[in-house]
Amino acid sequence: MKTHVLKKTLAFAGAAALAVLLAGCEAPPQESTQNGPAGTGMVQVKSPEREAAKRTSVVIPEAQPEADAGGQKASEVYQNVKVLGHLSEGQFIRVMAAVSEWLYPEQGCAGCHNLENLAEDSVYTKVVARRMFQMTQTINSKWAPHVGETGVTCYTCHRGAPVPANIWFKAPESDTPPYMGAKNGQNAPVKSVAYSTLPNEPFSALLVQKGAIRVQGTTAIPPRGDRMESGLPIQDAEATYGLMIHMSESLGVNCGFCHNTRAFGSWQESPPQRVTAWHGIQLVRDLNTTYLEPLQPVYPANRLGEAGDAPKAYCATCHAGQNKPLNGVSMFKDYKVELSPAKAN
Amino acid sequence: MTMLSFEKKYRVRGGTLIGGDLFDFWVGPFYVGFFGVTTLLFALLGTALIFYGASLGNTWNPWQINIAPPDLSWGLSLAPLAEGGLWQIITVCAIGAFGSWALREVEICRKLGIGYHVPFAFSVAIFAYVTLVVIRPVLMGAWGHGFPYGIFGHLDWVSNVGYQYLHFHYNPAHMIAVTFFFTTTLALGLHGSLILSSTNPAKGETVRTPEHEDTYFRDLIGYSVGTLGIHRLGLFLALSAGFWSAVCIVISGPFWTRSWTEWWTWWLDLPIWR
Repeated sequence: MKTHVLKKTLAFAGAAALAVLLAGCEAPPQESTQNGPAGTGMVQVKSPEREAAKRTSVVIPEAQPEADAGGQKASEVYQNVKVLGHLSEGQFIRVMAAVSEWLYPEQGCAGCHNLENLAEDSVYTKVVARRMFQMTQTINSKWAPHVGETGVTCYTCHRGAPVPANIWFKAPESDTPPYMGAKNGQNAPVKSVAYSTLPNEPFSALLVQKGAIRVQGTTAIPPRGDRMESGLPIQDAEATYGLMIHMSESLGVNCGFCHNTRAFGSWQESPPQRVTAWHGIQLVRDLNTTYLEPLQPVYPANRLGEAGDAPKAYCATCHAGQNKPLNGVSMFKDYKVELSPAKAN
Repeated sequence: MTMLSFEKKYRVRGGTLIGGDLFDFWVGPFYVGFFGVTTLLFALLGTALIFYGASLGNTWNPWQINIAPPDLSWGLSLAPLAEGGLWQIITVCAIGAFGSWALREVEICRKLGIGYHVPFAFSVAIFAYVTLVVIRPVLMGAWGHGFPYGIFGHLDWVSNVGYQYLHFHYNPAHMIAVTFFFTTTLALGLHGSLILSSTNPAKGETVRTPEHEDTYFRDLIGYSVGTLGIHRLGLFLALSAGFWSAVCIVISGPFWTRSWTEWWTWWLDLPIWR
C-alpha cells in the first residue's frame, strides 16, 4: 500500500519535472543552414518561430518623397547649418522630416529644436544629432568593409526611439578588493553576454580601448607560462569570450558563423563573415572613441551611466539580434545624398 | 586455446533467437550464432567502406582520414557515395554490427540462463550512438547533422557543435552526464581498491571476507551498499552516464537553438527573487 502511494507520487513528480523541462524547450523542427564543409558542425541552427518574430518586429518606415536636388543650398537658406549645408533646401527638409519620424515620432521637431528658433543650439539633443549626422556620414563613406552597399541611417539604431534600445555604459568602479571576492563582472548574469558567468562588461577594454581580442596561442604550449603571448594574464581571455558571446547574441548566430572552432584564430579556416565582423570591431571602436564618448559633456546627468560616462555602441546597437540589421533592408539607398559626407556627393 | 573445465557442460544446443541450429556452434572460444555471422559481415563491409572512403580522400594519415556525412542540402535523402553516401552506408553497417553484437550477447545469456544485463547495458551505448547519427539528424531534418568518421574530424565536429550553443557546459543534461561519468570512475576506483585491499593481505595473513569490506565502509562513512549493491550502483551510474549523454545532444538543436547559458533564465526569472 505504502509503496503504491510512493510510486504514484514519484510518477506524478516525474511527469511534473518532465513538463517543466519541456516547457523550457523549443519544439522541433528547427531551421539549419550549413556554413562550413560537410560534417564539421559549422551549422546555424535557428528556431523558425523566433526568427519570424524578429523579422515581423522590424518596421521599416516608408521613404520620404524625393526632394528637388536643385535650387539654393541649405546653408544659404538657413542659419547655423554646419554639417548638412551642402544639401539642397529640399533635401535638407526631407532628411529633417525623416529624422523626426525615425527618432521622435511623437514630439517631432521639438525633440531637438527650440520651436521658437530652430537655428539655435539650446537643446542638447540638437548638438548630439549634429554629431550623429557626421557619424552616419562617416559609417556610410569609410566603413563599406562592414556596412557594404546597405549602409546605415539613424533608424538602423534608433528605430523610433530617441535613445537606441541597445546601448551600454561602463561598469561602475567595483568596491570589491582586487583579491578574494573580486568578481571581475562574473556571476552577475546579463543579456549582453547571454547570461553567462563571463565578465559582463568586456566592452570598455575591447570596444573602446584597443585591448587584445585574439588571445588564443599559436603554439601548442604557451611560451610564457601563466601569461598569454600578448603578455596579459590568461584570465584576460575571459573578456574575449564575453565579447564573442555578445557578438553571437547580437547577431543571432553561433560561433561557427565566423569561426571553425578547432582553430578560432586561423583566418584560412574561417568563413568570410569573420572579415566583416573584424571590420565591425574596428568600426565600433572608432564610433565609441571618436563620436560617442566625446559627447559626454553634452548630455544631461540622466543620460549618463552609473560611472558618469556617455552611452556607447556595441554590436547589438545596430544588429538587435539579426546578422543583417533591419531584415537586411537598405534604408540608406533612399538617403544616399543626405547621409553621405559633402565630398562624396 | 585452453578451455576451463566447467565450460564444456554449458556448451549446449539451443537458446538461439534465429537460425535454429544452423549457426549454433563455437569457433575456438567464440560462440558464433546467426548474429555472430551478421556482426562479421557488417563489420567487414563497414571497415572496407571506410578504407574505400579513405582512398577517395587526400590523406592516409590515420589521424586525418575523414568520412563526412552529406551536406545539409541532401536532407534525409540518400547522397552519392563520394558526397556522404559512404557515410550513410557505413552508419547502417555500424548499427547492424552493434545490434548484431547485442543480440549475440542475448543468445549467450539464453544459453546460460542468466539475465540480459550485459546486452541491456551495451544497448545503452548503442542508443547513444544511434541518437547521434540517426535520432538527432532525423529530428533536425538532415543526415548532415551526424558526426564524421575520422579521429580529428569527429573531434572538430564535437567542438563546433558544442559552440553552436555557445557554451555547452551550461547544458543541464550535459552537466548530469558529466557528473555520472565522474561518479562512475569514483565508484569503480573505490570498489576496485576495496576488493584488492581485502584480497591482498599482508604476508602470512589470510584473505579477508566481504564482511571486512562492508565494515570498512561502515567505519568510514557509516554505510556500505553491500557486495551485490555496489554492482547495481556501478551499472546504474555507468548507464546513466551514457543515457544522459544521449539526452544532452538530442536536446541541443531539436529542442534548443540558443546559447545554453540562456536556458537558465528560468532560474533568474523565478518569482521568488525576480
